[in-house]
Amino acid sequence: MLQIKNLNVKVDKKDILVKINFNFEKGKVYAIMGPNGSGKSSLAYAIAGHPGYKLEVESLKFEGNDISDLSPEKRAKLGIFLSFQSPLSLSGVNVFQLLRIALDKKIDPLTLKKKIETTAKKLGIKKELIERSLNEGASGGEKKKLEMLQASILDPKLLIFDEIDTGVDIDALRKIANFMNDNKDGKTYILITHYNRILHYIRPDKVLILMDGKLVKVGNSKLAEKIEKNGYERIVNS
Amino acid sequence: MQDPTVSNLDFEYKYGFSMPQKYIFKSRKGLDEEVVGNISLLKREPAWMTEFRLKSYQIFKQKVMPAWGADLSDINFDEIYYYIKPTDKRANSWEELPKEIKETYDRIGVPEAEKNFLAGVSAQYESEVVYESINKELKKVGVIFCDMDTGLRNYPEIVKKYFGTLIPPHDNKFAALNSAVWSGGSFVYVPKGVKVPMPIQAYFRINAESFGQFERTLIIAEEGSYVHYIEGCTAPIYSTNSLHAAVVEIFVHKNARVRYTTVQNWSNNVYNLVTKRARAGENAVMEWIDCNIGSKVTMKYPSVYLFGEGARGEVLSIAYAGKGQHQDAGAKMLHFAPNTSSRVISKSISKNGGRTSYRGLVQVMPGAKKSSVFVSCDALLLDEQSRSDTYPYMKIKENDTTVQHEATVEKIGEEKLFYLTAKGISKSDAEGLLVNGFIEPVSKEIPFEYSIELNRLINLEMSGSVG
Repeated sequence: MLQIKNLNVKVDKKDILVKINFNFEKGKVYAIMGPNGSGKSSLAYAIAGHPGYKLEVESLKFEGNDISDLSPEKRAKLGIFLSFQSPLSLSGVNVFQLLRIALDKKIDPLTLKKKIETTAKKLGIKKELIERSLNEGASGGEKKKLEMLQASILDPKLLIFDEIDTGVDIDALRKIANFMNDNKDGKTYILITHYNRILHYIRPDKVLILMDGKLVKVGNSKLAEKIEKNGYERIVNS
Repeated sequence: MQDPTVSNLDFEYKYGFSMPQKYIFKSRKGLDEEVVGNISLLKREPAWMTEFRLKSYQIFKQKVMPAWGADLSDINFDEIYYYIKPTDKRANSWEELPKEIKETYDRIGVPEAEKNFLAGVSAQYESEVVYESINKELKKVGVIFCDMDTGLRNYPEIVKKYFGTLIPPHDNKFAALNSAVWSGGSFVYVPKGVKVPMPIQAYFRINAESFGQFERTLIIAEEGSYVHYIEGCTAPIYSTNSLHAAVVEIFVHKNARVRYTTVQNWSNNVYNLVTKRARAGENAVMEWIDCNIGSKVTMKYPSVYLFGEGARGEVLSIAYAGKGQHQDAGAKMLHFAPNTSSRVISKSISKNGGRTSYRGLVQVMPGAKKSSVFVSCDALLLDEQSRSDTYPYMKIKENDTTVQHEATVEKIGEEKLFYLTAKGISKSDAEGLLVNGFIEPVSKEIPFEYSIELNRLINLEMSGSVG
């Protein structure tokens, strides 16, 4: 469903991503792993259309359509969702306002409000968090849950979670993973992570290893376990 | 009847439209003693007012243009009509209004506002109040709410006692001008102990080329009373510059509270130079809520003179400056008595090369012990071409005072925009959302109907369809 052909990204003449080729299939769960600075978040940004990233790419196709020239909101409208590594605080804007506009006001506000409340309850998000300024004064875990909440309401086809497990306590992590497992039907997940931690709760179909901006290895869920034991260097060089 | 210049008007005005004008009387362009005297004569004013006007005109001639603020060099006092009387008599009901005026109001939604607020609408059309429906309940409890001309005619003793005492003609050039040629505006008198349950509101609108508006508003809140006054305005575009120089004087007596809310959206050729001042007595509360979206240049610094012990003053303001606009706004708080407190919260937004300035004065006089001052001004810049300045003057002459001052300037960040656009929100909607979030601490204080309108206006500004 997402085809990347020969993707290169440079920022300030520095190679961030080099010759990435991969085909993400519908309904599968992918884990992208790699050490700090290996280009994991950059790949997520490139797919979501960050304006600061100039892509050199043969093709970037989502469900058969080239999206490499599309603005982030157009990609989002096609069904790509990016959950941020460090979601920013938005003063004076709550999650309801964000979602209402993101859905082009197509849902009646009361229905949307109910939907948000029900989903928040399932994720264990406190009520005041959905009413106050988004992410303001929220803990790491709460912020990630709020990202999950947005993903659930926007109902995208491809969900990219950038370090959904960083700064998240074990209970929150379990809630998020369970939520993903419950909402897997027909959806494609890309989980970007340093550790194997979240993969104990949600089993990836494929694990991709990025190092120095290159896709160096692809394997199944066992690969993640090996990395946990032996570290990146040894696995990649073996 | 139709003004020949109407066909030359620019109908591109973003929210507006211009209606054909129907006048009974229009003074000639420019100002001299005769024009000033004629205004007074036509209004059949008492001699003291005629003298006041003529004296003010002399002061206006002597005063120099203020050079410390925005650029006012394009104002040509000779190109302005100082008095226009649109219809011969005041209409008491909606049905009696002329068709064009009704249409104008339909578009800005006065009847809608009237449905929502039953306290009464005194809508000013050009320089005279033509439409006014006063709630009977207000009269029953002795509240007077009428246009200033009627106020002068029917309540001369009250008007004479207060008029021009807080903002005398020699205060500044535009206060002098207003004092000479004022017309319309509101007169509100709230008797002792009366709390007006609904906001009192006056919509007004200017609709004539090169025609200045010089409303004069006087509000008196007697001991222990409360009133919330709302003014909101939109204006159609003119082909030449237009001047709006209002004066608002408010007297808040012991234990009384007055809130004055403004949503200003003049078209982008209007000079909006307004003098607003309130005097707060013992334990009285005065709140100015001031939103300036439109106009070419705004210079406005609502003030509270805290004369009584324990008096409290507040100014919450929002200013938006787009292309070619300069919003030079702020607040003045003068502490004359002990235990007085003031709070100023200012939020300004600049886009497309627009310029906002916060200009504030806080003065604590010797002996105003245990007074507290809080000033917070935040500026948001949407691009590199826009500009924001802060001129906070503090003159603290009493040591036993608490002073807090905060100021921030932030740029709307690419990362925040990406965060929102990646969720499927267009860039302009994302900007609108962030800007509305930025002003939320102030906009939440505005009555719902107005804050909705304000949000909508800001979203329109962000969408780039206007400029």
